[in-house]
Order: sequence, then C-alpha cells, then structure tokens
Amino acid sequence: MQAETLSGGFATPAVEAARAFRSVMEAMARPGTIHDIRGAEPPAPLSPAAGAVLLTLCDAETPIYLAGAADCDAVRSWLAFHTGAPAAGPSHCMFAVGSWDALSPLSDYPVGTSEYPDRSATLVVECPGLASSGAALKGPGIKESAFLSLPEVQAFRKNRALFPLGVDFIFTNSSRVAALPRSTEVS
Amino acid sequence: MNAYNFAYLDEQTKRMIRRAILKGLAIPGYQVPFASREMPMPYGWGTGGVQVSAAVLTPQDTLKVIDQGADDTTNAVSIRTFFERTAGVETTTQTKSATVIQTRHRIPEDPLTEGQILVYQVPIPEPLRFLEPRESETRKMHSLEEYGLMHVKLYEDISRHGHIATSYAYPVKVEGRYVMDPSPIPKFDNPKLGDMAAIQLFGAGREQRIYALPPYTQVISLDFEDHPFEASKADHPCGLCGAKDSYLDEVIIDDAGGRMFVCSDTNYCTARQAAGHKGKDAA
Repeated sequence: MQAETLSGGFATPAVEAARAFRSVMEAMARPGTIHDIRGAEPPAPLSPAAGAVLLTLCDAETPIYLAGAADCDAVRSWLAFHTGAPAAGPSHCMFAVGSWDALSPLSDYPVGTSEYPDRSATLVVECPGLASSGAALKGPGIKESAFLSLPEVQAFRKNRALFPLGVDFIFTNSSRVAALPRSTEVS
Repeated sequence: MNAYNFAYLDEQTKRMIRRAILKGLAIPGYQVPFASREMPMPYGWGTGGVQVSAAVLTPQDTLKVIDQGADDTTNAVSIRTFFERTAGVETTTQTKSATVIQTRHRIPEDPLTEGQILVYQVPIPEPLRFLEPRESETRKMHSLEEYGLMHVKLYEDISRHGHIATSYAYPVKVEGRYVMDPSPIPKFDNPKLGDMAAIQLFGAGREQRIYALPPYTQVISLDFEDHPFEASKADHPCGLCGAKDSYLDEVIIDDAGGRMFVCSDTNYCTARQAAGHKGKDAA
C-alpha cells in the first residue's frame, strides 16, 4: 500500500467536513454560485475539490462509480481507505465522479422513482474550469438569473424535463465547487 | 466540549443527514426520508431540527434558537446550551448577527439575509397525514400530485366557519409541484416562506423526514379565488413596543379576564423598546 493512499484525507475530519459541506450546500442551494472547498489532497486525476466532496458525502453506504480516467488504482484505493465506499457501475451508483465526457450519457444513472425521487445519483463532474458565465440558469435558489459554465446545455434540459426525477450535479475544479440541482432550467 | 465529536453527532450520521439535505434542496418541498437518531432530548423538543443544525454547523457559525419567537424559553435555552457545549459555537439572541437560526414555529420578524440558514423543528411533516393516515397512500398522492383532498379540507373549513379556519401549519405549494407543511408556524408567517434570501431546512426527528426550500423559491399558500389566503394576526399593537406589524401572543395577566398582546418575537420587541418605542402596557 502506498503512502499516497493513506494521506490526503481531512486533517480534522469533523470540522473540515462541516466546512466542505457548507460549500456544497450553498452551491446546491444557489445554482450558479462558486465556492471554495478545501482540505483534501486526493491522488491524480481527482481534483482537491472532488476529493473533498467525496470525503464529505460518501461512506460504506454510498456506491461510487468512477468514470474514465478517475477509475485508476490510486483513486480506487484512496477512496476505499478514506471512505470505505464500494465501487459500482453507473446504473447502481449513488455518486459518480469523472469528466463530463466520461460520465456521459446520463441515461445510465438512477433518477429516482416517482414515490422516492431522492433515490437518484449525484454526479461529481470534474471541469477544466468554472466561471459564472455561459449557460443561463433559472429556478429555485436563483433570484433573477444566474450563469454557469456548463459543458453543454441539452443534457441538462433533458434532465430538468424529468423533474421531480433526475440526477443532480456537483461541478469541481481545483479547489472550487458549483452545483446544479435537477430543478434548474438551463438555456 | 472535547468529550463529544464536533456538534454531537458522529460523522457517518452527519454524512447521511447531509446527503438528505442536498436531495431536499434539489427537490424543493419533497420530504426526504432519513435515519433519524435518538437525541438526548425527547421527541417533540426539536430532535429533527437539532440533527439538521448539527449537520450544517461549522465552528465559525453564530447560532440563535427561538421557541415560538422567544429566545428565553426552556426549549430555546436548552438547545442553545446543547450546541454551546457540543459544538463550541457562538450563540446570540439577535436575528441579524446569527448565521444559523433554529426555530420552533416562527419566522423572525426581521427579514433574513443571504448568509443565513433557518432550521425548522417539524412535528408532523406530512401535510396530508390528518386526511390520510397511511404513509403508502400519502406517498402515492404526492407522486401523482393528487392534492384534491387538501382543497376539500379547506373547502369544508369555509362551509363550516365561513372562512378558512386553518390558522397555523397552513399548507403551501412549492414551485407548483409539492404540497408542503411549513411546520406549525402561524399563517401570518406564510408569506415570508417564498422568495426568502436565506436557506430554509426542515427536520422532523420522530417522523424521520428532512425537506428544504432553497432561497428565492416560489411558495404559495393554498386558497380559492373567492376565498384568497389572508395572513392574519391579532388586531392590536404590541403592548410593550407598540409594533403594529409583528405577530402577537395573547397573554392573560389576571383572574378578571385582563389580557395583553405582546410581540412573539422577543428579539424584535426588545430591540424596538431599546430604540425608544413604547406600547400602552409598557412599564
């Protein structure tokens, strides 16, 4: 087992997870806003932000799908040691992490059921950059309008059309996080 | 405070609650089931609110706890002390300087701002529960958006009393989709639920449900065209501070039927008195 596997977790888990969660919650509650998130140093290709999101939300109860380049030995053993989360395919995961291209298509992920729409996947999308510009967002959490640099528009519109079903997105880049819940209309 | 993990709950429990909060924010008004824990206080004293607060608090937060608007009642004092001891957070009674406000059955009079989180204690999260006792049925009704029964209930109010007599826990529709119980806040507070700048989180401990309203969410109180919703309050000014715009408690003050009306929001009332406002019963 490599030193890289054992290191890179939260130094003070309770406090750093609390701070990281507040960033994720603010991002999810206010789509289009970008927040700092720190504390984790996961192995490449995971970004520190994606590492912190997974450390904050995942444990043995949450199957994770590692998509594309994220599905490597270093990441698998790091997540196994720090979260204990089992690996899963896209159709059985609660969380998925990877680049947008690796995560696509969205049709594979659980979108919840009409009686339990919360039983749906959350996708942690690693982005080459995050900016409050690009696609226009409207919906709960947004006062008038907001903007976010999304990898595309069509997939998010299709996801919105499923409401109240659908998957939710957390976008990560370096030490920053943004989010897009299924309730947001994208244009 | 070192005898406890930060904010009392263990980390796995917090992760479970945090996942429920995120799904709640993504589906406004939908009740997310969660594995509520036993807390060192009885059900009915805010175990749901306390678990949600514990999951969102950071050491930098300033916590305010109110019970029916008051900072100084047993429930509010004990929960405030609980988090002082287990999370080491600052506490306050001032609405403006709090970052997290846990509330039992009121929304503060002062408008909340973007940095704030309002955590409600919820006894019965299911708005349809008294109309349909079976969870399997109410869940189906929510999934089919079948809310006719709720309108029948409000209509029966009108046919019996001449107006909608529901005065608290007044049902609302969120973003045109889910009918939600806003917890037993007076209907005077209902108009504040929608388009609020703060994040609103609802925790029901015994019933094991968490739900949420993101900021600036559309929340509409159910009504009829010919019987529009009306946010009512006692038709008096506050006896202590003279406020005409705040929600009032009626207090019996002697055995001869004497009574006075005072602001239910103690922080709002004391701030007004400190600013020199005086009601007719002020000493």
